[in-house]
Amino acid sequence: MAIAKPPSPSGQRTPYQPAVTEQRPKVDPPVMNGAAITCASLEAEGVTTVFGYPGGAVIPLYDALPSSGLHHVLVRFEQWAALAADGYARATGKVGVCMATSGPGATNLVTGLANAQLDSVPMVAITGQVGQPMIGRDAFQEVDITGITLPVTKHNYLVQRAEDIAPTIKEAFYLASSGRPGPVLVDIPKNVFLAKAPFVYPTSVRRPGYQPTSVPNMRQVRLTAELIEAAEQPLIMAGHGIMLSGATDLFAAFIERTGIPVIFTLLGLGSFPESHPLALGMMGMHGHRHVNAALEACDLLLNIGARFDDRATGRIDGFAPNAKIVHVDIDPAEIGKNVETDVPVVGDAGEVLKLLTPEVASRRRDQWTGWIDAQRNRALHEALEDRPETPEPYTIIRGIAEATNGEAVLVTDVGQHQMWTAQYFGFDYPDRWLSSGGLGTMGYGLPAAIGAKIGRPDLEVWAVVGDGGIQMSLNELATAAQEGLDINVAVINNGYLGMVRQWQDLFHEKNYSQVKITGPDLVQIAEAYGVTGIRVRKDAEILPAILQARSTPGPVVIDFVVEPEANVYPIVPPGASNSEMLHDLRFRDTE
Amino acid sequence: MHQHTLVVLVEDHPGVLNRVVSLMRRRSFNIDSITVGHSETPGVSRMTIMVRGADDLVEQVSKQLYKLMEVLKVTDLTDQPCVAHELAMVKVAAKPQHRTEILQIAQIYDAKVVDATPSSLLLEATGSEEKIDALLTMLRAYGIRELVRTGRVAMARGGAPTAKPVGGNGRVDRVTEGTLAVAD
Repeated sequence: MAIAKPPSPSGQRTPYQPAVTEQRPKVDPPVMNGAAITCASLEAEGVTTVFGYPGGAVIPLYDALPSSGLHHVLVRFEQWAALAADGYARATGKVGVCMATSGPGATNLVTGLANAQLDSVPMVAITGQVGQPMIGRDAFQEVDITGITLPVTKHNYLVQRAEDIAPTIKEAFYLASSGRPGPVLVDIPKNVFLAKAPFVYPTSVRRPGYQPTSVPNMRQVRLTAELIEAAEQPLIMAGHGIMLSGATDLFAAFIERTGIPVIFTLLGLGSFPESHPLALGMMGMHGHRHVNAALEACDLLLNIGARFDDRATGRIDGFAPNAKIVHVDIDPAEIGKNVETDVPVVGDAGEVLKLLTPEVASRRRDQWTGWIDAQRNRALHEALEDRPETPEPYTIIRGIAEATNGEAVLVTDVGQHQMWTAQYFGFDYPDRWLSSGGLGTMGYGLPAAIGAKIGRPDLEVWAVVGDGGIQMSLNELATAAQEGLDINVAVINNGYLGMVRQWQDLFHEKNYSQVKITGPDLVQIAEAYGVTGIRVRKDAEILPAILQARSTPGPVVIDFVVEPEANVYPIVPPGASNSEMLHDLRFRDTE
Repeated sequence: MHQHTLVVLVEDHPGVLNRVVSLMRRRSFNIDSITVGHSETPGVSRMTIMVRGADDLVEQVSKQLYKLMEVLKVTDLTDQPCVAHELAMVKVAAKPQHRTEILQIAQIYDAKVVDATPSSLLLEATGSEEKIDALLTMLRAYGIRELVRTGRVAMARGGAPTAKPVGGNGRVDRVTEGTLAVAD
């Protein structure tokens, strides 16, 4: 049995040759050192901003930076350089770039690389390495960063010659941004930065072993169309891949035509306007009740660009138990990995939708959508509108949504506030919901907001974070202040590591182990960093604080002191299926 | 659960073995044996990997292998007519009174004597794992002083190459889309 790679999009194949990317120039190319070649290569890729932190092995690179056209953002910790590059990439759709020195600088990038790998974010990391004669001798600040990052990058390189830098960076950008995007690391020894070589930027890349399938097999598309025609209660599960493909318009047209309701994975939010009647909201562990009810009842589940993450599916044998499953993914390895699939479709979401939409009839499915609507937990929403004296996370998130008309880029950290935001913000635009989904990286919020604001200065940027996460990346307030960035940071401050406390509350008999967390006075901290701090202790102060933050230039931190023991509901207990979700007892329907 | 023989063609780059093995470890795929060497194409190495697991696991292994940039072609030889051999060298204690018996056993199993001392014989045998196992069972009684086995290398029978690099003339199956997909 030959297990073949899918053919390249054109279906054409050229005989195998080892990768050769050198071009023969007409005039003698300029001779530059490796550091200058690195900067020139980044500029040739259209890079304008890099996030990084200098150190011994990259001193030559930082020597070349000032005379390049690159804007370098000096972070306060390399991990946040990688996550700022991640935020930049998600907000712009371009490749985010971060750089760090050898040894600890490089290892500090690892979490950010893993974050980008799990969420398919295009990123290129440049790291310095000790000089080649020192490699393998446990030199000062030497680590085997290509070895360390092997499982958390799409690919990585250790560059051996100055003349290899340009072709390697060319290839790194191509790999990072094509197919299923991901992070690529380029490790460059110090003496290679200093060695001279002619600078020629290649125009093409040849990787015979890398041929992502973008156009799907038409037979699979027709099978999908047949299932859609036959289904009475179909449902679409929308994932991050739709946005990575830039296919939100095609997706909207497909929904309008087929009349199929849409549920979202955490990272799929924004792929279709949540205000549309066919948009049902988020699925999974903290999904809405009617969404998980629809999953239980559907007879066809069409997953476009999501990877059946366990937080989305719950227990697999209880997942969409009555449905045939179609899985559209650009990565063949995702198909059949977690959930058994009836019709696999390997391809880019946009290319699939282009072929699929004309194959299906225009249709309305009022009976089905009406049934789903009847499952909504109206009692919960009425209860949420009944506002207590203490600020409620729900009110804060809705307040930001309403004040910004839902148009802001919303970045979160990881935990309860993240789930509340996913549930209630109402995402109508693609690429404006930035959150660490797969890795769940605490501390993501502030650095990613910095990256997003630098990438999209035209958009208002809000970070919604917890008091735990903000204490991980608090030092980036200095970066935001130094760059003069107009970002607003809403801290949902409950004095707990809230999500862990919630699990201890619900599943470990309230054994609150190491979740009570104190913190600095966030208003004074903000002021110490030279930025504006606002504290909110009452419901009535929420909206004025949001408005004040919006009209204040520069970074603003709002410390929203909320009820300490509020839980995120609904919640699917770990190991349970989505239909076994727990609801807030206070707000449960009387039915 | 059964054993699969995968033939993997990879670009001959530094660290490529590390990438393949690291991937197998991370995804908890069990490697029974792995051999690496040159192929007929300069710049392309050939690995023979024995993995144990259900068929869908092996499909997942090959899909994951394809995600490595250096991997050009993965072929599962498990249910194909093929020649799958390993090489073993065994240093067996050979007292004068046992020497003739050992040589007879070597003859039965087509093993060559490649070195000898007054007290030992060094035998070299090739063949299936079963054949090597049987030879070793016979030799154990005399005392095995040292043993090395290479692990399996395999090649499909017939005139066509087992696995052509991507970009070659071979017909391409769409098996990567799962069991339902067929070639166009």
